[in-house]
Order: sequence, then structure tokens, then C-alpha cells
Amino acid sequence: MTDTKAIVLYLHVHQPYRIRHYTVYDTAHNHNYFEAPYEDRRSNERILHKVAEKSYLATNTRLMAMLAENPGFKLSISITGTIIEQLERWSPQALKSFQDLFNTGRVEIVAETYHHSLAFFYSRAEFEMQVEMHKKKVQEVFGQTPRVFRNTELSYNNDLAVWADRAGYKGILTEGWDPILDWRTSNFVYRPTYTNQIRLLMKNYKLSDDIAFRFGNHDWAEFPLTADKFSHWLSEDENATNFNLFMDYETFGEHNWHESGIFGFLEHLPKEWLKTDGHSFMTVSEVIDTFEPVDVIDVPQTITWADTERDLSAWLGNPMQSTSIQQLYDLQDRVISTKDLALIEDWRRLQTSDHFYYMCTKYFNDGDIHAYFSPYETPYEAYINFMNAYRDIIYRLTEHGVMT
Amino acid sequence: MKILMLGWELPPHNSGGLGTACLQLCRALSRQDIDLEFVLPYDADHGIDFMKVTPAQPQGVASVIRSGIAYDSYKYVNEDGSEEWLNIYDQVALYEESVAVLVEEKEFDIVHAHDWLTFRAALRVKALKNCPIILHVHSIEADRAGSSFGNPLVHEIEATSFALADRIIAVSQHTKNCIMREYGVPGDKIEVIHNSIEGGDIAPLSDENAYKYLEVMRTLGYRVVVNIGRLTIQKGLTNLLLSAKEVIERAPKTLFLIVGSGDQYYELLTLAASLGIGDKVLFTDFQRGKNLRDAYKVADLFVMPSVSEPFGLTPLEAISFGTPSLVSKQSGVSEVLRNSLKVDYWDIDEMTNQIVSVVLSDSLRDELMRNCALEYNKLSWHDASTKVTQIYRDHHVGARS
Repeated sequence: MTDTKAIVLYLHVHQPYRIRHYTVYDTAHNHNYFEAPYEDRRSNERILHKVAEKSYLATNTRLMAMLAENPGFKLSISITGTIIEQLERWSPQALKSFQDLFNTGRVEIVAETYHHSLAFFYSRAEFEMQVEMHKKKVQEVFGQTPRVFRNTELSYNNDLAVWADRAGYKGILTEGWDPILDWRTSNFVYRPTYTNQIRLLMKNYKLSDDIAFRFGNHDWAEFPLTADKFSHWLSEDENATNFNLFMDYETFGEHNWHESGIFGFLEHLPKEWLKTDGHSFMTVSEVIDTFEPVDVIDVPQTITWADTERDLSAWLGNPMQSTSIQQLYDLQDRVISTKDLALIEDWRRLQTSDHFYYMCTKYFNDGDIHAYFSPYETPYEAYINFMNAYRDIIYRLTEHGVMT
Repeated sequence: MKILMLGWELPPHNSGGLGTACLQLCRALSRQDIDLEFVLPYDADHGIDFMKVTPAQPQGVASVIRSGIAYDSYKYVNEDGSEEWLNIYDQVALYEESVAVLVEEKEFDIVHAHDWLTFRAALRVKALKNCPIILHVHSIEADRAGSSFGNPLVHEIEATSFALADRIIAVSQHTKNCIMREYGVPGDKIEVIHNSIEGGDIAPLSDENAYKYLEVMRTLGYRVVVNIGRLTIQKGLTNLLLSAKEVIERAPKTLFLIVGSGDQYYELLTLAASLGIGDKVLFTDFQRGKNLRDAYKVADLFVMPSVSEPFGLTPLEAISFGTPSLVSKQSGVSEVLRNSLKVDYWDIDEMTNQIVSVVLSDSLRDELMRNCALEYNKLSWHDASTKVTQIYRDHHVGARS
């Protein structure tokens, strides 16, 4: 029993370098995989401009106001290296708005891989390099050193927890998936099995998805969702200590447009929630410092926060995905040995998990959420572009004389 | 003698071998003083001076525009500016109506029609003008359907037309056998006239190959196997990919280039990935011009693994770019090309055996090439057009009387 209940709001900011229409006739001719013309739907610059305007700037303005108006309001954010680079290049204004947020001292930054990759599952050395790159980048740009880790797409297993524990992180995030939790709920702090120091925070996917996915759904029985109704639901859970609301940053303004009323909901949430004594907002580190773990969580298989399967099948489920990613990582030693920084960086950008997500054929025919997030007409087009870029990496390795 | 020729496509607006074969045959016929008028179902500038090319346009239609390579996407722009798209059966019916109107004021001796798409129009002209019709069969439905029955509507058009034709020209013995087997047409009604090729049609190559990646890999000891054609069941590419996996196991420095598009595109793409050879199989989608020519040129071996190929011009084109071929025995071209590797399309082990032999032995490749080049130099449309002219004479009513 506890008198204290905290909302742990954690938002994830990411944009990949989408591969342009890159054909066999580009392979070995040019190494420009990522720069589509501005009018092209795959133009990273254009997409960034759009999402910066509709989501990042719009949301950060409101978050700054909320922090000013509600002394108890706090949140956590993770932001990938690839999006930080894109903001630096194409929207310094939006980057500044993130810097302002972190400068308040009430927004905690969360660690992850620089390139939003699945490197943990293919190469420990590459994975650690990308985590280090990310740490350096956020220290430089935001002046914070992250203490809690999240892996790409909240992918998680016991091995990852052991790694994060040894790497000195105080916490790690993943999905609060029912088969793992069994009779337990995600609304507590847990400890991963085989570890001592580190703590595990698991996403309350039902409450998170009420905001992220169901908010604008007119067919949903709870539509329309208001901040006081939502706060009321949370208050009703007598035993809970923390409600882990984890979602994509683009939930605000992009996945749910301004017209849906999502910003009104966001702005009212702290007001409604903090009306009651004992209610608070906590960052991921604070909640770990405040509550003792109630149990040990064992995750021998890999889970993620995606799809109904909550596994890696959205990225690795079909042969196009599983073979192309393996072939990419097979090049690691040769790519690194060239010491060609442009080549190494392009190889890393190809590791971004989004490329493999675009190749997903699960539900492709239903025109569902996968299609919504893809800049390509079909998963096959995504695969063709990727493989042509991959072969150009091989060509560059031949130029370095390390491909035989 | 004036011939009204009914065809569905001509270069550069062709989807494959049919248009090329028609153009080259017509050019050779024009040299034999045959007066030709070629009726197409669409408008385009073909740059052809040796015969008259007429679009068959329905009344009220300002233009018919062919889109891409697909048989089934024609846009009709009406005179009032409105547009509509028609499916293949409606197009065939419309072509027949248009041809019927077109021939009212025309004088000609014989109708020569190419493939089922134009056969209904040929039958209509025969009914209207009581002139002989010669049906030229480049492929039949059973070929296109990969040796199954195929589309019954198409099958019926072919069956009726073959029964009413004055004469049938088949592009290979393989095709003649198919017509006899599938439609019960007596053999003496069918003349085999093999397609050929005119080396002069091939544009000169520029130095820089479009497939630079493949050229670079060749300098590292890789060898390149190329297929060019529609990605449909008829072309037997599933077997080629199954063989490719075996080839790569035995000769890892082998790359495959698949040029073309079709209903099997994504299926084949997925299959290559499933077999774990996605990094070594390059798909280019449909290509023409330099990208097409360079694909022939970059190859060490051209493979045409068709399940059923009435003729198959691509291996001859490959020779003109210095590339020898492996062709399926179920192809017409295998009847005329002696110096090529030949395999039953279903025999994946043997296909693997032969491909591995070539990619591991430049001397085998070069010897094949040296000999097929000698054969190629003797090929010409002259013999084929002479045979066609003889058939015209046989059926020319004025000559008989």
C-alpha cells in the first residue's frame, strides 16, 4: 500500500535517414543513399520539416508552458543520434526547443543507440560503440549524462539487462507484456533476473495506447478521452506506485493531429492529476530511487513494444529482413578496418531499424500501421533500395581493397 | 501484292519479343517488294519508313495511349477530352470494330495477323472482304500459362481462329507441336518459320557500362549470369533461382542479374531472400535502351530457362553482345541455335551443373561464344521473309485464278 502515485511519462524522439529511390544503376556510381529531392516523399529534410512543425515545436512549446505552470510536472525523453543530426541541419529552432526543455532540469534524458539500431542482437562491439556515441552526443548537445537505458523499440531480454547492469545504468525500460508479467501489473518497479543493482520499468501499454493509438478513435467506447477521466482511472488503482506511460514523441501533433484535441489533453493532464495529494510526476531515475522493486522479472526471449506479437518479427520476421540485416552486420570487420569515416557512418545509418520495418510484409495487405509509417509503396521497394545501397557498401570495400 | 498486317505492338512501345519480331519480319518483307500496311491499336511515332503504320482508332476517340509495358493498360482519350481505361478484352473487341471500319475503303490481297489479340479482327475482315487470312503464332495461351490450360476466353479465340485460318505460321517446331496438340489442327496447315535477328538493329555501345558494380566485381573474379524477360511463370525463373542457390554454394563468386518486371516480381524477390542469396541476385525492374543492352554485355552467361518458349529472341540478342547462352530445351530458339548450352527447364541439377561449368571456366565461355558468333553471322530474316512471301503467293487469289 502506498500513498504516493507517480506518472512516469517517457517520450521517444526518432527519425531515420530514409533511403531514397536507389537503383542498381546508382550502385557503384554514387554513394548518395539518403538524400532524395525535396519534393520526393522520401526526402528526409521534408519529412523533418513537417514533423518539426506539427509535432516537435508545437509540443515543446506546450511542455515548456506546462513545466512553468505545474511545479510538480516532470518527464523523460530519449532522442536518437540520427534525429539530433537532422535537427542540427534542418531545424535548429526545434533543436533549441529540446535544449530548452532539458535545461529546465526537470526533463531526464534516456540512453540508447545512436543509430536506433538492433546491433545488440548482432554485434556487441558495434552496439556498445553506438551507445557510447549517443552518450557523447547528448552530453555535447544537451549537457546531460543518461542513467537509464532503453534499447531500440524497447527490445529487451535478460542478456540486455545484465549488460546494462554491468554498464552502470540504474534502470532499463521495456514493454509491460502480459505473458511476462503474468498475474503482476506494470505499475511497480521491478528487478531483472540475474542482476542486483539495476531496476526495470515496464510500459503500461493499455494506458499508453489509450493516448497514443486510441485517443482519436471515434469508435472507441471511451471516446472522447479527457484528462480528468484518465486521471480518475489511474486513481482507482489503489496499489499501484507508478504508471509508466511510454510512447513515441510524435504521438503529439503527428500521429494524433492538433485537430484531435491531443494537445488539450496533454496540457490538462498535470493539472488534473496533481489535484490530489500524493499524486506526482517522476522521471525514470526518480521512480527508481523512490520505490523498491517488488519482484524479479525473467525475460529469456526478446520482447519489444511492437505489434500484437511484441517481438522482433516486425523487423526480422520475413526472409528479406532477416537476411539483409545479417548480411549488413557480416560486413562489420571489413567496414571498420577501412577507417573510412564516411563509409562507416553510411554503414551505421543502414543499421537503423526503420529500414527493416519498411520491409515488413506482416499485414501488408491490410494497409495498416506499417504502411502508414513507410515512405515506400511496398515492402519490396524498401528491400530493393536497401540491397542496392548494401551492394554499394561492398563496392566501397572493394575500393579499399578489403573485399575479396 | 498488298498485305494488311494486324499487330499489337511495335518497338519502341513493345513489351517483349513480339514487337521486335514483327518489325524485323516486316522490314525483310519490304525488301522483297511486299506492300505492307501495319495496323496497331494505339498511336505512336515509330520512325518507320518502309511500311505504312496505321492506328486503329474507334470513332470519337482522339488518341489511344499505351502505358508502360503492360498488355492491359490502355488509356483512351476521347475527342471531348474525357479519358477511360479499358481491359484487355474490351480492347480486343474495340480493335476488331475499328479494323472493320478501317478496311471498308481499303484494297488488299491478304490479311496477316500476329497472335490472339488480333485474331478476332482478322476473322472479321475475312467475313467482310472474303480474303485469305494468315495467322502468325508467336505464342499460344498454353505457353503463356506455363503449360497449363490458361485463360479459357483466350483459348477459345485461338481455337476458333485456327479452325478458320487459311494458313498458320508457327515460329518454331515447338509451337507447331503445341498448336497440333492443344487445338487438334492438322500439321499440314501449319508452316514453321523460325524467327531470326538482324544484327544491324543493335545500337552501338558506349564505354561506360550501366552496371558498374557488376563490372567491378568481375575484376575481382566474380562472374555474372543474366536473365532478361518478363517475370511470369512461363519464363521459369523460379527454377533459375533454385539453381542459383546451388550455383552460389559451389561457385560463391557468381552474381545473378534479373532484368524485367511481371506478376512474379515480388514472389521472386522474396524467394531470393528466402534462399539466402538476396545479396547476389540483383533485380532491376523493366528496362530498355542502354540499361537493357548493357545487361546483355555485362553477362558471362545469358540464361533463358523458360517452361515453354515459342521462340525466344533474347539468346540471339545476347550473342550480338558477345554473351553465350544456356537455353531450355522447351524453346524454339534451341531448334536453330546449335552452339548453346541446353537444359530441360525442370532439371535444376543439370542447370546448376552447366552454369557452374561456365562461371568456373572462362575457356568454356569463350569457346561457346566463338562458335555461336559464327552461327549468328549467318542468321538473317531473309530466309524467313522468303518463306512468308511464298505463303502469300500460295494464297493470293489473283495469282491462282
